[in-house]
Amino acid sequence: MVEIVYLARLRDRFGTAGERVALPGDVADVGALLAWLRSRGGAWSSELAPGRAVRVAVNHDIARSNTPVKTGDEVALFPPVTGG
Amino acid sequence: MGVRVQTEDFDVAREIALLRGSDARVGAVASFVGLVRGENDAATVRTLTLEHYPGMTEKALDGIVDEARRRWSIYDAVVIHRVGELAPTDQIVLVAVSSAHRGDAFAACEFIIDYLKTQAPFWKKELTPDGERWVEARASDDEAAARW
Repeated sequence: MVEIVYLARLRDRFGTAGERVALPGDVADVGALLAWLRSRGGAWSSELAPGRAVRVAVNHDIARSNTPVKTGDEVALFPPVTGG
Repeated sequence: MGVRVQTEDFDVAREIALLRGSDARVGAVASFVGLVRGENDAATVRTLTLEHYPGMTEKALDGIVDEARRRWSIYDAVVIHRVGELAPTDQIVLVAVSSAHRGDAFAACEFIIDYLKTQAPFWKKELTPDGERWVEARASDDEAAARW
């Protein structure tokens, strides 16, 4: 299982702060995870569409499209940060 | 001194006194305080709510301070960032850096706040007369961080 955390605007749009999911066998990195979530359609498809500014962290470190995702990881999806 | 994420306000004079301590090597302290403005993007801001990603936030801030220590000759640094609901004129963030001379303190302080604004997982939501809206990231902040 992988823990997915949604923050800020994405939490509002998806209507949930997170979920525990069993990843399909062919989802092994961040890019594939985003494509899998996008395939749910609706807000998932529009908010995670290619070209939208979505940041991803795996186990609290900023990740890239090819960063591996495996069982036990915490993956967070969020918009560009606006603190300070 | 380290980094802190908290709902409570902070006392700048007290934090700078703690940063300096009784260290006679310190010849300079540079500080930055970020405040809630009453207007943003042509709308009146009634409240500003800050959220963060617990766990990652502290790690990201520690990493930014470590990087500043690598790049400049500084003795100590403190970063305090508030979360929760704030109002115009409230303090949001403090960055303060001590060093022997002003050049390192100024540069490290500006670096830390520039990186914080583009790397640390905080988000702002404004309440305006038209309702709530998430603050969008600014390209000028990315450009400021890219200078370093």
